[in-house]
Amino acid sequence: MAKLIHAKINDIPVEVNEGTTILEAAKSVQIKIPTLCKHPDLPPSASCGICIVRVKGSNKMLRACCTPLEEKMEITTHDPEIVAIRKSVIELILSNHPNDCLTCGRNGNCELQKLVADFGITEEYFPKIKRDLPKDDSTKAIILEPEKCILCGRCTYVCQDMQDVWALSFLQRGIKTRFSPAGDIQLSESPCIKCGQCAAHCPTGAILEYYDVPKAWAALQNPDKYCVVQIAPAVRASIGEAFGYPGKNFTGKLYSLLRRLGFKAVFDTNFAADVTIMEEASELKERLLEGRKPLPLITTCCPSWVDFMEKFHTDMIDNFSSCKSPHEILGVLSKTYYAQKNKIDPSKIVMVSIMPCTSKKYEIGRCDEMHASGYQDVDIVLTTRELAGMIKQAGIDFINLPDSEPDSILGDYSGAAVIFGATGGVMEAAVRTANYLITGKELPKVDLEAVRGLEKVKEAELEIAGKKIRVAVAHGMANVEYVLNKVREAKKAGKELPYHFIEVMACPGGCVGGGGQPYMVTDEVRMMRAKVLYEDDKGKAERCSHQNPYVKQLYKEFLEKPLSEKSEKLLHTTYKGVPVYRK
Amino acid sequence: MQEEKLSADIENIVKKWEGKKGSLIMILHDIQNLYGYVPRSTSLQLSKYMDVPLARIYEVITFYHFFKLEPPGKHLVQVCMGTACYLKGASDLLLELRNILGVNEGCTSNDGLFHLEVVRCLGCCGLAPVVKIDEKVYSKVTKDRIADILAEYEEEAVAK
Repeated sequence: MAKLIHAKINDIPVEVNEGTTILEAAKSVQIKIPTLCKHPDLPPSASCGICIVRVKGSNKMLRACCTPLEEKMEITTHDPEIVAIRKSVIELILSNHPNDCLTCGRNGNCELQKLVADFGITEEYFPKIKRDLPKDDSTKAIILEPEKCILCGRCTYVCQDMQDVWALSFLQRGIKTRFSPAGDIQLSESPCIKCGQCAAHCPTGAILEYYDVPKAWAALQNPDKYCVVQIAPAVRASIGEAFGYPGKNFTGKLYSLLRRLGFKAVFDTNFAADVTIMEEASELKERLLEGRKPLPLITTCCPSWVDFMEKFHTDMIDNFSSCKSPHEILGVLSKTYYAQKNKIDPSKIVMVSIMPCTSKKYEIGRCDEMHASGYQDVDIVLTTRELAGMIKQAGIDFINLPDSEPDSILGDYSGAAVIFGATGGVMEAAVRTANYLITGKELPKVDLEAVRGLEKVKEAELEIAGKKIRVAVAHGMANVEYVLNKVREAKKAGKELPYHFIEVMACPGGCVGGGGQPYMVTDEVRMMRAKVLYEDDKGKAERCSHQNPYVKQLYKEFLEKPLSEKSEKLLHTTYKGVPVYRK
Repeated sequence: MQEEKLSADIENIVKKWEGKKGSLIMILHDIQNLYGYVPRSTSLQLSKYMDVPLARIYEVITFYHFFKLEPPGKHLVQVCMGTACYLKGASDLLLELRNILGVNEGCTSNDGLFHLEVVRCLGCCGLAPVVKIDEKVYSKVTKDRIADILAEYEEEAVAK
């Protein structure tokens, strides 16, 4: 039992477990201490100083975000002096902030802007210091605007500790302090994997996704183009948050919405996720039974993970599944199979992917194989946040739209496909089908609970055709090394491999926690979004990819069979090491 | 700069400090003493040898004024802005130096000949205002002498 701490906050008695911060303790008695640098998903960095409180008996102000409540403390959270100090802190931040709120990507959704409004600051008290720091849009996925940075330290923590990428760091000191790609270069030259976790955690407009909405509108308004669209699994579980409806599945409304926006055909990435599983499970079967390529098989749906591996784990290239990610597969199928079947000129098709992800913006131009249809397979990638913006621009009452169905056949999906959006989902989906492909029998129970949830590394052992199959699931880039090192050590020692199959997703929680998802993600939010997907899965009549009748039809009419020559040409890719400095 | 030579130098420096905690700053000192600045290529090697992310190395280098990322000019020009020199018109001297060299303090002229720096008190206030070039102190400098003083070094460079 944790020790209990008794104290008073604004004369209200509080009782909390030892170690609880003053900030949290105050929350428990309905007191809101303002914060700016603190993000509920991250440990406190105590850099802004807005959460200061007064403790009786001490003439020093304490930061509530990082100070644990102590026995018999008497805390004051609000008095004129404290409020004046907080206001000064904000005014000082404004003294080198561009204040171009009206044209900023975070307008109406900025933590600094909200705080300035909350404090009733109506004029700039301090003279302006212009920092003259250049914008960096070199990656075409993530945009850095260091002039808007308030030095909270969230992005550097996320990039260095959560993701172990070390692309971002602070440079210089004092008034000159700024964040920058490591070693003061362009982001595209840095180890950045475009996961966008920095953007998802940034309180201001200092880090944003590359804004592709104008490009999407231009395509939609061009009468010569035939715009088609797909939505990723994780988007349906989070888009509601942007409209005040968290934790709900908006699949049907999204289909209606996208038609209203002007898309001629509405597909679902989930269909391609089923195809991915057919290919990937076949690869697993081949590796397990024929052994031409090495085990463990490692998933490649996540472009940030692919980028990370091509930079830092090139010794594992042969272990990578050659299968493209679902949205690329749907892209190529739309410009080949769909175009042929419906007699549409593929050069006129514009494929737009709605993704929870910033890295997909990078993936569509990753290599020549992303043009397998003869055209760029996916033309535009929009994040969940960008789609929310488009909905508002279009003046559509999204929440009250009627549900509708996707366009056949690239829209129908099994339960296995929709769980792709949660960490462990690809593994679970692949196991369901791999078991069938190897044994010819269906699993009596398709749920693989051991790989669900937010544990950093999840391991499970199962039996397929009398053979023990060990799997591992890692999410959050910093958790991958442990799994890969276990494989390397076993290989080096000539021991039995620790795993046969590994799933990696760069973002904590998988795609539901993606860098393009609505702001203010915490583990609670990740779990809530994942729950939506698992419920969708549970409600499906077909819960395995190989049971999807339309996937069967696709193979019959077009691809022949998984890993066929045509499948290899259209649905698979290659990887090569990218020389970059080690972090 | 030869790549192989660089590696051997770095290796020696890292070995010297091996096993000592918090040695990154000392190693960077040694590297700067050797080359006059910390070249990017050495930071990259250092990152590999020490298993310290490049981001962290640059955090340290840019935090301290002492470390330089660009090769220093052939001659170090220091303008004293201590109280005495300042009162005697050192800011005019600095302005003139900026104009002639075409760079701000902390930077090296395009021809690589001069690196301009501002210092606080060289300890010879009686000679104020002073400008120091390498080890030579010029006393009671006036704005119109600056060009001539710099010319000495330029001629020397041409003669060589």
